[in-house]
Amino acid sequence: MIKSSFFRAVMVAAGMLTAFVAATPASAEVVININKGNVQPLPIAVTDFLSNNELGPQISQVIAADLQRSGLFAPINKQAFIEKISDPGKTPRFEDWKVINAQALVTGRVTREGDGRLRAEFRLWDTYAGQQMTGQQFFTQPENWRRVAHIIADAIYKQITGENGYFDSRVVFVSESGPKNARQRNLAIMDQDGFNVRMLTNTKDIVLTPRFSPSRQEVTYMSFEGNQPRVYLLQLETGQREVVGNFPGMTFSPRFSPDGQKVIMSLQQEGNSNIYTMDLRSRTTTRLTSTSAIDTSPSYAPDGGRIAFESDRGGRPQIYVMNADGSGQTRISFGDGSYSTPVWSPRGDLIAFTKQSGGKFSIGVMKPDGSGERILTSGFHNEGPTWAPNGRVLMFFRQAAGAGGPQLYSIDLTGYNELQVKTPSYASDPAWSPLLE
Amino acid sequence: MSRIDTPAMSRMQTLARNPAVIALTLALALAGCANKNNLPNNANELGLNGKNGGPPGSQQDFTVNVGDRIFFDTDSTSVRADAQQTLDRQAQWLQRYPNYAITVEGHADERGTREYNLALGARRAAATKEYLASRGVPANRMKTISYGKERPVAVCDDISCWSQNRRAVTVLGGAGM
Repeated sequence: MIKSSFFRAVMVAAGMLTAFVAATPASAEVVININKGNVQPLPIAVTDFLSNNELGPQISQVIAADLQRSGLFAPINKQAFIEKISDPGKTPRFEDWKVINAQALVTGRVTREGDGRLRAEFRLWDTYAGQQMTGQQFFTQPENWRRVAHIIADAIYKQITGENGYFDSRVVFVSESGPKNARQRNLAIMDQDGFNVRMLTNTKDIVLTPRFSPSRQEVTYMSFEGNQPRVYLLQLETGQREVVGNFPGMTFSPRFSPDGQKVIMSLQQEGNSNIYTMDLRSRTTTRLTSTSAIDTSPSYAPDGGRIAFESDRGGRPQIYVMNADGSGQTRISFGDGSYSTPVWSPRGDLIAFTKQSGGKFSIGVMKPDGSGERILTSGFHNEGPTWAPNGRVLMFFRQAAGAGGPQLYSIDLTGYNELQVKTPSYASDPAWSPLLE
Repeated sequence: MSRIDTPAMSRMQTLARNPAVIALTLALALAGCANKNNLPNNANELGLNGKNGGPPGSQQDFTVNVGDRIFFDTDSTSVRADAQQTLDRQAQWLQRYPNYAITVEGHADERGTREYNLALGARRAAATKEYLASRGVPANRMKTISYGKERPVAVCDDISCWSQNRRAVTVLGGAGM
């Protein structure tokens, strides 16, 4: 199920666990419709996984925290639990869970296999229907225990909402430290919940705008190495770096195509910036825009057929959409102020952006034809949205007024549930990975 | 600016005969109100701490007596009239001392997005280079680089700082593209 990576050499094997009692699985009495906006979070009881060490409670805690941060679930305080689960495979006493208003119940167990691997199993119960909704087991190396917890949280999320989860994913970002006029920047990566932070570079050069490959353990970013600001590729497993293309000017604002085979970016020559792609196999470059304006921040639609980008060809920065060959360039943003950093949702239905208007910076979304604009959050400075792999949550960075630094926040697509993603130092330019494989 | 001692004040008065320096000094004074701690960086570069402008043809001569930077209006990349006077002096100086190659660094204030500001800084650097070329500085002596909003000199969160950060700095030597 999971390819190895240098991070944690993950190998998770999964299997379904059938219920001992329920004749019909998952009659879906417990359902969250996540399209309704500010839904009442679903009360759920996540019991400590049985184990002979602290790992059981730890895994349960990670699962509960994931579910809670999604804004769609309200994990119930363990102190309120009546039934003590002694066999997570046995049908629980549903009355004990209904009386504390737990609409769903999670039980599980974590054990060590003879070969040293971890075996984690869980069951999700519908307390009112009185049956198991799903049950699965996973095998992995012990150091991957957080990842197993995220996978289980994704399975619970998917079972109850009907949508894919996003908890088993990572975020690459720019870690910033030091005073504002002498800021040090390095690339870092972490789990989506802010744990397992790991530095990817150790440089005094300015590094900016890391973006995940959709298909490989690879990041494209911009670095001022050697005072030559250019787009690079970084292999996460080996640390190997290379310059993308040999362009006669600054290259910046990189992003991958949805198949991971191209990098799309801006090339600056004299006062102009235009958008180019480079095919990573053939190394051929293609120019897509040709104006005397600034064309930047390109982002592909998930089907690869169209590209959203930012241009000031009309005076102020606005969002445009074009076909993947550069034809049909059409402005789509027409509201007050200027629009920047369009990022196409992985579901294809929306484009997120940074809007500058009335002295404020906002994060918003609009449909690919420019209609249906919604502002999700607004303030002194919010910038650079990135989508969770399921297209339900956005992360961005916020700079408060003053000499401090930027920090990461997440917000639900509905504009609710804004949360800080805590990082060890200032952080900017988050880019969400796809769901891990 | 009250911390500047008497020799510096006389230095400022000498410099102040030049209108561009007056503008620059005013900008620094404005910023100083909000941000005293961040000023020395600039004041040192400008020789306002009682040092002289250095021997003719020196780095310090260029920075102090000629003026190494120009400022831009919000979202603008056109070279203002006061900036043209600074660049005219830069062009004369660079023609008098033809051994120097230069890098023009373009910068933006923080009130924009990171990627757009990289391009905006590049456009400011290009406009500056173009103006210098029009005043006789050979293009092959000039390189440009943009730092976008990543290298502010003034770090408060109001207009007095933003106007200082929207700048193009002519660096003798340097390493751009």
